[in-house]
Amino acid sequence: MMLKAGGARRAGPGHSFNRREALWGFVFVSPILLGTVLWFIVPMLAAVYISLTDWTLLRPPTLVGLDNFISLFRDRLVGQSLKVTVIFTVAAVPLNLLVAFATALLLNFSRSRTMYVIRVLYYLPALVPPVANAVLWSWLLNSEYGLINWLLRTMGLPKVLWLQDPDIALSALIVMSLWGFGATMIIFLAGLQGIPPELYEAAKIDGAGSRHRLFRITIPLMTPVIFFNFVINMIASFQVFTAGYLITAGGPNNSTLFYVLHLYRNAFEYLKMGYASAMAWVLFFIILALTLVVFRYFGRDVYYLGS
Amino acid sequence: MGTRTMPAGASLRRQARIHRVWLYAVLVLGAVMLTTPFLWMTTSSLKDEAHIWLYPPQWIPNPLHWQNYTRAMQEHPFHLFFRNTLILVVVGEIATVGSASICGYGFAKFRFPGRELLFGFALATLMLPQIVLLIPQFIIFRYLGWIDTYWPLLVPLFFGGNAFFVFLFRQFFRTIPDELCEAAKMDGCSELGIYGRIVLPLSKPVLTTAVIFTFVGTWNDFMGPLIYINTPAKKTLALGLAHFKGYYGTQWHLLMAASVVVTVPVLIVFFAAQRYFVQGIAFSGLKG
Repeated sequence: MMLKAGGARRAGPGHSFNRREALWGFVFVSPILLGTVLWFIVPMLAAVYISLTDWTLLRPPTLVGLDNFISLFRDRLVGQSLKVTVIFTVAAVPLNLLVAFATALLLNFSRSRTMYVIRVLYYLPALVPPVANAVLWSWLLNSEYGLINWLLRTMGLPKVLWLQDPDIALSALIVMSLWGFGATMIIFLAGLQGIPPELYEAAKIDGAGSRHRLFRITIPLMTPVIFFNFVINMIASFQVFTAGYLITAGGPNNSTLFYVLHLYRNAFEYLKMGYASAMAWVLFFIILALTLVVFRYFGRDVYYLGS
Repeated sequence: MGTRTMPAGASLRRQARIHRVWLYAVLVLGAVMLTTPFLWMTTSSLKDEAHIWLYPPQWIPNPLHWQNYTRAMQEHPFHLFFRNTLILVVVGEIATVGSASICGYGFAKFRFPGRELLFGFALATLMLPQIVLLIPQFIIFRYLGWIDTYWPLLVPLFFGGNAFFVFLFRQFFRTIPDELCEAAKMDGCSELGIYGRIVLPLSKPVLTTAVIFTFVGTWNDFMGPLIYINTPAKKTLALGLAHFKGYYGTQWHLLMAASVVVTVPVLIVFFAAQRYFVQGIAFSGLKG
């Protein structure tokens, strides 16, 4: 959706091309054309084939038809990993969007120097490298000496086994993911700053209150950005890996076994390439279906300024 | 009239001031909450083994244990991880920024049949979840004998880098007037010359954005090195830190020191080029 900017300005139908210019054009864009074939199309085709084979890398692949897909639906751990990933997405994505949007609204009230500093502070967590982030949160969530349990203790609350309790571990990772909401917030803020101030002034003259301005001007005009952030976050959230791999190793009791973690293990620990490839396709179609559903049901509510 | 509006105006102003106080109170509280983990990371990295288990924890460690940093760096060959990451960053920058800008230039300034279609096609690759490509790419690179080398992490970058950057460059180059290129051509400048000597020098903002994003992407990348690199001496910082966690799972003071070392360069780059950072992010989210 973000990709259709620009468009054909000059190359209409029946347009004749300058041969020399066209040739140079092809020369300049040839790297990405070649790259698209080599690193996307060929691997995609290979992925179809691999998903239909039994292949452990140690022996040559044998075609098994749809066996991988059939056993995948019977695999209890695939079901579990899908459940974990869906719960994570359903909780973390709306939470992230809500906090990011609310914060962006607050930060947009003024453009003072203080506001700028605060904005930077809110954004910093999004910059922490994922591995350092995982190490840091393992320590923050440490049940004996971690900061979070220490804070609970000072408030007279009992300690929580954040990473050892199967009922809590996933929630802990959801809270952790919220720390990086600044990335989404910055995009919201840029969107808010793009709303023409005249609209608010006109509404003010008409006597519209702040709630009215929020629901009648800000939110409708922000729908493209909300929509963009929603889709991007959803796709990313279905592919989370690092936290589950480094902090909890999928545990305890598979309560944080994310889909991609399970896929990674099948591929690179058990070397079940065919099976893992089938898993990748299933994820691909889940993401595709969800994106289409989102476009179908929310896409029409998106309001574009000037269109 | 005047006497009646005065108090109304004053009370409005008072109300606005109260709102403002609340606004800043909420925002500052949020900022404190969000920055506390950084503080915790830093103070933990400066404690010795005995102090890290103290209750209540000391926010300002006494004594400051700077040795943690040297120790953490020596327990694992962090100097090698640094060097390796730097190699990947430098080569990755040249490959990504070089090839993406060339392709973006081609899409922006030349007319050729199927241009919009090919451009859309290249961009469609961005929509594809990386996870589907992971296994076939691994098998292809394994077939080429590239496992445990940097080739799988670098070679694809020479082919337009990332379609997003091609998009970024194309959009920027379109704002450079065609007349400028035409004039250079009149003066006998070659096509590559126009790109290299006229267009690129005018493109500092977009170049900076691409350089920063490539840096952060390479620096932070975990899954790529995790899958392709096995030899300890070839590991990157991200991968090294992950393994460090595996080996020294409870030596939190050393782990925090190493985490600080891995995090700080990204923060430095951010502070050095905030403007381009924010512009780039806003651009990715808002155009079109």
